[in-house]
Amino acid sequence: MKTLVLLKMVPDVVEELEVAGDGASLSRDFLRLIINERDENALEQALILKERHQGTVTVVAPDAPEVDDVLYTALARGADRVVKVTGLEEGVGSAEATVTVAAALSSVAGLLPVDLILTGCQAIDDLDGLVGPLVAHQLGLPYVGIVTGLDVHPGGMGRCLREYPGGVRGSFELDLPAVVGIQGAEKPPRYVPIAKVRAAMTSGTIETVAGSPPGALPLRVVEMKKPEVAERAEMIAGGLDDIASRVCEILAGRGLL
Amino acid sequence: MAQASVLEIPDLTLDGLLATPAGRELLSCIQCGTCAGTCPYGDFMRYTPRRLIGMLREGFIEEVLSTDDLLTCVTCYDCWAKCPRGLRLTDVLLPAVKEQVLLRLPEVPAELQSALANTMRYGNPMGESPRKRAAWVESAGVPVPILRDLGRPVDVLWIVECYTAYYPRGQDNARATARILHALGVDFAILGNEEKCVGECARLVGEKGLFDTLREQNAATYAKYEFGSLLTCDPHAFDALAYVYPALGLSRPVDHTTPFVAARLDALRPLLTKDLGYKITYHDSCVLGRHNHMHDEPRRILDALPGVSLVEMTHNRDNTICCGGGGGGMWLDTFYKAKGYPRLSDRRVEEALATGADVLAVSCPYEVPRFEDSLKVLGGDDRMVVRDVMELVAEALAD
Amino acid sequence: MPGAVWVIAEQWRGGLSEVTYELLALGRQIADDRGAALEAVLLGSGVVGLAESLGLADRVLYADSPAFAEPVGEVGSRALAALATERKPTVVLVPITNVSWDLVGLLPARLGVPLVNFCMDVAAVGDGLEARCLVFGGKMEVRAVPESEPVVIGVLPGARRADAGRSTKRPEVEPVAAPAPETCGVRLLGYEEPEAGDIDITQQEVLVSVGRGLQGQANLDLAEELAELLGGAVSASRPAVDMGWLPMTRQVGKSGMLVKPKLYIALGISGAPEHVEGMKDAALIVAVNTDPGAPIFNVAHYGVAEDLLEFVPVLIDKVKEHKS
Ligand SMILES: Cc1cc2nc3c(=O)[nH]c(=O)nc-3n(C[C@H](O)[C@H](O)[C@H](O)COP(=O)(O)OP(=O)(O)OC[C@H]3O[C@@H](n4cnc5c(N)ncnc54)[C@H](O)[C@@H]3O)c2cc1C
Ligand code: SF4
Ligand code: SF4
Repeated sequence: MKTLVLLKMVPDVVEELEVAGDGASLSRDFLRLIINERDENALEQALILKERHQGTVTVVAPDAPEVDDVLYTALARGADRVVKVTGLEEGVGSAEATVTVAAALSSVAGLLPVDLILTGCQAIDDLDGLVGPLVAHQLGLPYVGIVTGLDVHPGGMGRCLREYPGGVRGSFELDLPAVVGIQGAEKPPRYVPIAKVRAAMTSGTIETVAGSPPGALPLRVVEMKKPEVAERAEMIAGGLDDIASRVCEILAGRGLL
Repeated sequence: MAQASVLEIPDLTLDGLLATPAGRELLSCIQCGTCAGTCPYGDFMRYTPRRLIGMLREGFIEEVLSTDDLLTCVTCYDCWAKCPRGLRLTDVLLPAVKEQVLLRLPEVPAELQSALANTMRYGNPMGESPRKRAAWVESAGVPVPILRDLGRPVDVLWIVECYTAYYPRGQDNARATARILHALGVDFAILGNEEKCVGECARLVGEKGLFDTLREQNAATYAKYEFGSLLTCDPHAFDALAYVYPALGLSRPVDHTTPFVAARLDALRPLLTKDLGYKITYHDSCVLGRHNHMHDEPRRILDALPGVSLVEMTHNRDNTICCGGGGGGMWLDTFYKAKGYPRLSDRRVEEALATGADVLAVSCPYEVPRFEDSLKVLGGDDRMVVRDVMELVAEALAD
Repeated sequence: MPGAVWVIAEQWRGGLSEVTYELLALGRQIADDRGAALEAVLLGSGVVGLAESLGLADRVLYADSPAFAEPVGEVGSRALAALATERKPTVVLVPITNVSWDLVGLLPARLGVPLVNFCMDVAAVGDGLEARCLVFGGKMEVRAVPESEPVVIGVLPGARRADAGRSTKRPEVEPVAAPAPETCGVRLLGYEEPEAGDIDITQQEVLVSVGRGLQGQANLDLAEELAELLGGAVSASRPAVDMGWLPMTRQVGKSGMLVKPKLYIALGISGAPEHVEGMKDAALIVAVNTDPGAPIFNVAHYGVAEDLLEFVPVLIDKVKEHKS
């Protein structure tokens, strides 16, 4: 079974994000990038399926700072091939990167066709598009997202569980090849000791292909700013009755009542 | 009595270790079982050091390596201290075996995993921003120079370490230490945001690659500056800096804040004017106490504080009871609980409460959250508080 | 008159989601500002009755077919894309929820039009639109302008009050024939209900979390009643678990679960770092603690410095009042 995993790097929000001088993008000064958490789960699910059914796992990611570490870690975890697509400038938004990566897939020898394409069902920078649906549409494949369990049955049929509200999960049958947006792998992404990652860095290779990003962007960010966040809770004072009413108002305002 | 000493062969894997004469000596065990009997988790551990060595000798090591059993070891140095053959179990043999366990473990417990991944990425196990490592300095009340900004050599480079730098109660210790260093007129500085976890817990839990990476990065940072000696509030960091980093060429005197202050008590004594009125019991940490035998230093300090009386717990000095936080134990609470093991810090706090003291004094940053939490669970937090020795000293200093 | 503003009504298990009304309120404003019609689009099976409750829309287009009984992104996106190609709306609002999430990605992909995601608000500006969106996990707010229309907009829950989207007016209701694809490579076989046994607190949208301030297991009923009213579950700090009030599966924090509910109510929890690590990313945090200096108020959005044993019963009554 051949599985392709699409990964991308997103801003690491452990570090305070700052707005750049243009007032409409992130400052690069202290920006650190980290693998999109759900993409990491997609890789884990791909590795679980490989352990279960044999086959290969290939990881493709747009080039970005620190992506090499992530790709070597993917090799250490058990991926067979890692490919990065160059030529993109990272920013808010996924549409451009996704279209570029999808277009580059066919130019990498031996990549397509695959049985499954896994990627995270969401990322914190998905302002203008979601990777999974865009790739599925580009390649003419079916798509299911928010998936928390996935297996392949004899005869090339996929089975997956998709989250609905309230802990309910929809059970789906999928014709393969298909694109699946992973919310969580069956188990948390595995830990690989750093010694293994270091070994992958000396013995593994990252293949590189040049992508050609589309010109015009469908969406223009005219301003970026930090939302106002209070340093401390707003204390609600008054009689118990007044406080309770105010809490209800706040909950109702958020659609929680 | 076993003595802590520099590791001559720290870079070897288990195979490499056992191929050296010094390593093979580790197998000269007489199978007396003292280690298993003394181990706080001995009742739960399948492969106690005795059995582990037995398996190693018989060539059944894969069986040991393919279980998570050795994660039960909280590196309390009890077996190390009591082994009649003086084998270096806790600091050499067990980490080498655990390294192989970690490489094979299909699922590293989630909490430990995130602590290790965070340490690699952010230089601290909590996953806090490296850019906030020195944030506590603003609230120190005294100037705490950052070595890079200072632009000159200092006598003492203070390695603050993660819990002290980030954890709110740890920062109390950092602020106290800063005040004491000032009172003593010590020429010191910290690395600020350039500092990273020293990595001893990663080493002892078997994440050697992570430890090596941190050691290389830290050694390179330290090498950028001129300083006379190293000082740290964390016993684990003390061990790593004193016994493991030297193999990489770092050979500067290393001190822990407790012995450092004890050695300067005469200068400090006139400044200790505030009457504390506490009844204190002191908990010897495994590393500072059992491993380094620094038992008198903290007690001398506490004795010097005005209005303080000291009481001892049943288990003290080399016989101290482990808090369960060492060697990765800090991130294995759920793992132990799921297996039904008792929480070691609860045992310790029960003993502390039995002394009738109102302060449990400690000298390791892990112990503050562990003991404070146990006090809550045991319902003793209305009778006893936990304080680092440095916090108590700072409290007794005139304002 | 510019093309209509569409609201994709969310239907699941026989009912309309609250968020549908929030989107109607938002859509109404956009439509009025640009002098366009507001149309709600509803896919489902036997949904005429539901269609009639969408009175804030000028018109409700509904496609009734067994094929649309369940919300499946592949099916819905094909039907909606075909309908949109025919009817040419300029703005399509889709709610960001588990039910509709696949549509948010698939619909713009199929139509080949821009998506604006994570929107909190959208305003008509000149001939165009400007959206306010929350990106990077809420750490940044952007103002974004789609370069062309039609445009699909993914709207976060809470953009408007649902009340503002309800109307007693009966809308014009128009049945439409949206093509139900014969095969789309994806088939929903059925639903798996949450397993009996203990609940998974990481899956809950609302958590009422108790700490030592609850004082005893006997008072757990209070938290449970509140949680049930809010459609959530009870979680706890570690001491509350250690003392046996709740099972370990309910523990939030460093050595428990990491949770990100939409609402986290902390009752009698001090806010120790190990606890905060597990819940700081909740969308809305309300803390009740007698100690106004408790660190939990550093992470909470709203604080109540009262005795929880006195306050929670009052709150329960108010919530009940609100719901009836
Ligand atoms: C290694 C380690 C791992 C840990 N992991 C976790 C973890 O995963 N999760 C976790 O939660 N903790 C964890 N802890 C424990 C943590 O340090 C704290 O001890 C714990 O979170 C405190 O729980 P609490 O807030 O319920 O209790 P307390 O800290 O005792 O707080 C009780 C609060 O209730 C308030 N209160 C009292 N009475 C009332 C009343 N009538 N009405 C309203 N408020 C009242 C008090 O003012 C107080 O603030 C861990 C600790 C360690 C050492
Ligand atoms: S170091 Fe302590 S916990 Fe580990 S095996 Fe030895 S006695 Fe047991
Ligand atoms: S105490 Fe030392 S000699 Fe005795 S069994 Fe343990 S390792 Fe062997």
